Amino acid sequence: MLTKRSSGTAPRGHLARSLTAGTGKGVSRRGFLHGSGLAAGGMAALSALPAAMIRRAEAAGPIPGAETVTRKNICTHCSVGCTVIAEIQNGVWTGQEPGWESPISQGTHCAKGASVRELTTGERRVKYPLKLVDGEWKRISWDVAIEEIGNKLLEIRRTSGPDSVFWLGSAKFSNEGSYLFRKLAAFWGTNNVDHQARICHSTTVAGVANTWGYGAMTNSYNDIQNSKCLVLIGGNPAEAHPVSMQHMLRGKERNRAPFIVIDPRFTRTAAHATEYVRIRPGTDIPVVWGILWHVFEQGWEDKEYIRQRVYGMDQVRAEVKKWTPQEVERVSGVPGEQLKRVAEAMAKNRPSTLIWCMGATQKSVGTANVRAFSILQLALGNIGIEGGGANIYRGHCNVQGATDFGLDVSTLPSYYGLAEGAWKHFCRVWEVDYEWMKSRFASKALMEAKGIPTTRWFDAVLAKKEDVEQPDTLKAMLCFGHGGNTVTRMPEMVKGLEKLELLVIADPHPTTFASISGRKNGSYILPGCTQFETDGSRTCSNRSMQWGEKLVEPIFESKDDYTIIYLLAKKLGFADEMFKHITVEGTRPVPEDILREINRSCLSTGYTGQSPERLKLHMKHQADFDKITMRAESGPCKGEYYGLPWPCWGHPELKHPGSAILYDTSKHVMEGGGVFRARFGVEREGVSLLAEGSYSKGSEIQDGYPEFTMAVLRKLGWDKDLTAEEMRVIQAIGGDKIDEVSWQTDLSMGIIRVALKHGCSPHGNAKARAAAWNLPDPVPVHREPIYTPRKDLVSQYPAINDRRDFRLPQLAKSVQAGAVDKDVAGKFPFVLTSGRLVEYEGGGEETRSNRWLAELQQSMFAEINSKDAERLGIRNDAWVWVYGPENNAKVKVRALVTNRVGPGTVFMPFHFSGYWQGESRRAAYPPGTDPIVLGESANTVTTYGYDPVTFMQEAKVTLCRVEPA
Amino acid sequence: MARMKFLCDAERCIECNACVTACKNEHEVPWGINRRRVVTIRDGEPGERSISMACMHCTDPPCAAVCPVDCFYQTAEGVVLHNKDLCIGCGYCFYACPFGAPQFPQTTNFGGRGKMDKCTFCAGGPEADGSPEEFQKYGRNRLAEGKLPLCAEMCSTRALMAGDGDVLADIYKERVVRRGYGSGAHGWATAYASRNRGDALAPGRVGTGGS
Repeated sequence: MLTKRSSGTAPRGHLARSLTAGTGKGVSRRGFLHGSGLAAGGMAALSALPAAMIRRAEAAGPIPGAETVTRKNICTHCSVGCTVIAEIQNGVWTGQEPGWESPISQGTHCAKGASVRELTTGERRVKYPLKLVDGEWKRISWDVAIEEIGNKLLEIRRTSGPDSVFWLGSAKFSNEGSYLFRKLAAFWGTNNVDHQARICHSTTVAGVANTWGYGAMTNSYNDIQNSKCLVLIGGNPAEAHPVSMQHMLRGKERNRAPFIVIDPRFTRTAAHATEYVRIRPGTDIPVVWGILWHVFEQGWEDKEYIRQRVYGMDQVRAEVKKWTPQEVERVSGVPGEQLKRVAEAMAKNRPSTLIWCMGATQKSVGTANVRAFSILQLALGNIGIEGGGANIYRGHCNVQGATDFGLDVSTLPSYYGLAEGAWKHFCRVWEVDYEWMKSRFASKALMEAKGIPTTRWFDAVLAKKEDVEQPDTLKAMLCFGHGGNTVTRMPEMVKGLEKLELLVIADPHPTTFASISGRKNGSYILPGCTQFETDGSRTCSNRSMQWGEKLVEPIFESKDDYTIIYLLAKKLGFADEMFKHITVEGTRPVPEDILREINRSCLSTGYTGQSPERLKLHMKHQADFDKITMRAESGPCKGEYYGLPWPCWGHPELKHPGSAILYDTSKHVMEGGGVFRARFGVEREGVSLLAEGSYSKGSEIQDGYPEFTMAVLRKLGWDKDLTAEEMRVIQAIGGDKIDEVSWQTDLSMGIIRVALKHGCSPHGNAKARAAAWNLPDPVPVHREPIYTPRKDLVSQYPAINDRRDFRLPQLAKSVQAGAVDKDVAGKFPFVLTSGRLVEYEGGGEETRSNRWLAELQQSMFAEINSKDAERLGIRNDAWVWVYGPENNAKVKVRALVTNRVGPGTVFMPFHFSGYWQGESRRAAYPPGTDPIVLGESANTVTTYGYDPVTFMQEAKVTLCRVEPA
Repeated sequence: MARMKFLCDAERCIECNACVTACKNEHEVPWGINRRRVVTIRDGEPGERSISMACMHCTDPPCAAVCPVDCFYQTAEGVVLHNKDLCIGCGYCFYACPFGAPQFPQTTNFGGRGKMDKCTFCAGGPEADGSPEEFQKYGRNRLAEGKLPLCAEMCSTRALMAGDGDVLADIYKERVVRRGYGSGAHGWATAYASRNRGDALAPGRVGTGGS
């Protein structure tokens, strides 16, 4: 039975039957409400467990007479950061109440947030460590698991070197867990450490940071209520970030703001738009340049803003000139008149905000897309002001924090990079000898070289040794909290899995990695707990940090990330060095201590003022914060912004209020004001890169200025403001090169303090870059997708040349040319794109195991336009095969015939897995842990294609063929 | 005395199903029983709108009028409740209800549908407030604790509202005036018609704009 998305009702079809069959318990009056949740498999699996655990899993509803304790945590699904209020009785989470006081969510949730209580009953969770022995999952103890995993890792280290282990972290970690995992990889001696940001917003981070300094949402969800015009490209917040929609709809209503949605698909969000622009997937740059063409043509750009704060806009003008309405329509299919309306709406309703998501980023031109969007906002003068901004909706609950703490192949925490200076900075913080740290790596060159990203790890397993720029191919992978079905080219991924000598999955659920391949031995599953069973902070999309309280003890035999990381470090022999400044209680590192180490070291993003004490105070006094500005109007946090959004400069004692809006010159830096970051030098080919006549309120330097170093302080005569203790630290760090000590490396934070005292931003005051000379395309240019349906456009708009990066070869132009030669577009006539459903999240194993969510969405499907369906003789609900152009890949799914997609486009959600090219893999899951709903993975048929800057995968545009099954 | 009603603003509802899930979570409603559901019209087409539907707790409930064993009763606040000990599972209420609210645990052709289940406005049933028996048969009783239905309290966009009808009507009117459009509160005319005569801006009346 297919749940047509419109019906909203759960069919009582095959799934309901299969669910009840296992326990012989029909949905009968008997026990109707009581204990209703325990579905098939759950009981059977649980019967093997001690009685106490069964009770815990069975507990449903209130426990009469038991004392109720209320605790506060944050939803673990998307990046909005909704407050979760839990009622705990006898150590069991029995009731969920609205978090009214949260300035962000104001009591609300989406389907996922309203269902999170299920996670801590968790009937389908991994209950104890498991090991795959000759194809069968066997229960083992934690001690045995850590011992065997550690021994194998050390053996691989001896034979192949530390770079042969791939450490895959998670955007589901807390900030403290993210930082600790990055530190673990550093102490192990590799940069092969990554997480989901690679496949969601890595291109945003790269594109935006290369434009104005920091790779993050500039404003906040709440601030959208101040917008006079809302433009959304490649995003569907009604399903991916539902709670953000309350701010967007309020903004739309309050200001009678035009709400424009640009997307190949008429999404649930588009249903609430005032204007919907349908584009061909992969033509974002032509569309944005098409809007900008009208802006320039009509003189709607903010000329004074550009003069003061933007570098290189003339180079953009030259490129945009080519994108006449006729050319835009020829390439993207959007009528010229419509884009003129959009340009006019943005120009005449200022400030306008631009919102984007994965539709823009998951492309082989992802970074260029993001750069084009940023440039559009700069041209209109919309960055650094209330109601404007680049509002980038991050995906997972802590993907912003995990990115900030360097779960990334190209940097240490806080974007310090991998150069010698960065390593020395962290060695000082960690109090380990730099030479010792260097000795952990295969070589100094590899210590400073970008690692292998998560989009390509399997290429580094399957490649010949000489094709990978490190001593050996990948031999082992450790995945913490990461789905196995969210990366493209799954057939090759499965081959990579099968070739790995060691696979370790630490997760509340087994994930696709555990079930999809034909592995027989050398796999381990460690039960990691959720963030509801531990404490720590997480950073929402708007850069606010929220502290989550442990609600219940980790269920079954699961452990939190901190503990698992500690156990591994101990076994691998560097726990003493790694936890020098972090208290370990038993085997559990204390998260507050980890955050204090972050506060001491992460100067460059301003993660220094958010002490655990301040964050906890904010959580306690949520009600004091304004619901739009997010500023506390009264109480102990008065004047501060909720969650101290970074940058929150200096020591916690300095009481910096956090920065609700980045680059906002209308405020003093000590009140959250800022300027564009001087990150790319002071001049370029004789042209100044510093701001001209623009500065934040109260700045003593009323013009642009470079970033602060001791040399700059001395030149200004401000070094006299440093205290003796600050000077002592600076001297200790700088030695005989004291002038080179910068605001980023001065652990005393004296340089930052002095800059702020004079009303200046420590990171300098520069222009944003419309032209970024260090990127493959300094000004974004259109390039057709690798697998394009428009062969006729390839010669004019080709993919980039083949190249190497991230230790691997990257093919682009050759694959695209090959596809044209072989007439792939003729054999695979549909454009395939993918996206989210509101009920599920990410790889979906967790949410598909949740009985309340699973009931709402029981089948994997492909949306196909009614005209195409009619032509192919496909009726709604019918089975179809969707074929991909690589690996002879195919998936069998239900057809959802709808005009939500245009003719020639097919859409599939990416949350499903557990079926493999027509076959169920249910039996391959450890017993009792198989998600309720299984389905084919969209990424089984997705194809090659990577962004040159970050190796982001091209998940949003490829080709496919659909046939009735 | 408040008159409890539901109001769903179709201009705000995004079909996120928070209401459906909150209901399941709060009352441990089993698989296959939907006290609340979200209905979308013109799915995937311009003009697509969604509304969250459950028992509307009608002023003059047709379910009560047709029930052969008279198991329905209305509280002083206008909440329509029923007694599962009396219910014989005949299904007449299902045929009478204009909103498709009554749910049955079984689907056989002749009788034996089991006890009817529906939205209680989070107000439990005839058993003692907050008792384990009440929870087992009807779910939690939030009203007795001074709280409103969880579906509305958790609604992501404040589309679904629950509470005193006059207050809801005021909030809705203010919204319609501020934003300049409103597609009407679906079901109000059917459920509460007699209370709204003569008020041109009242929810549920045609002619309040719409876009």
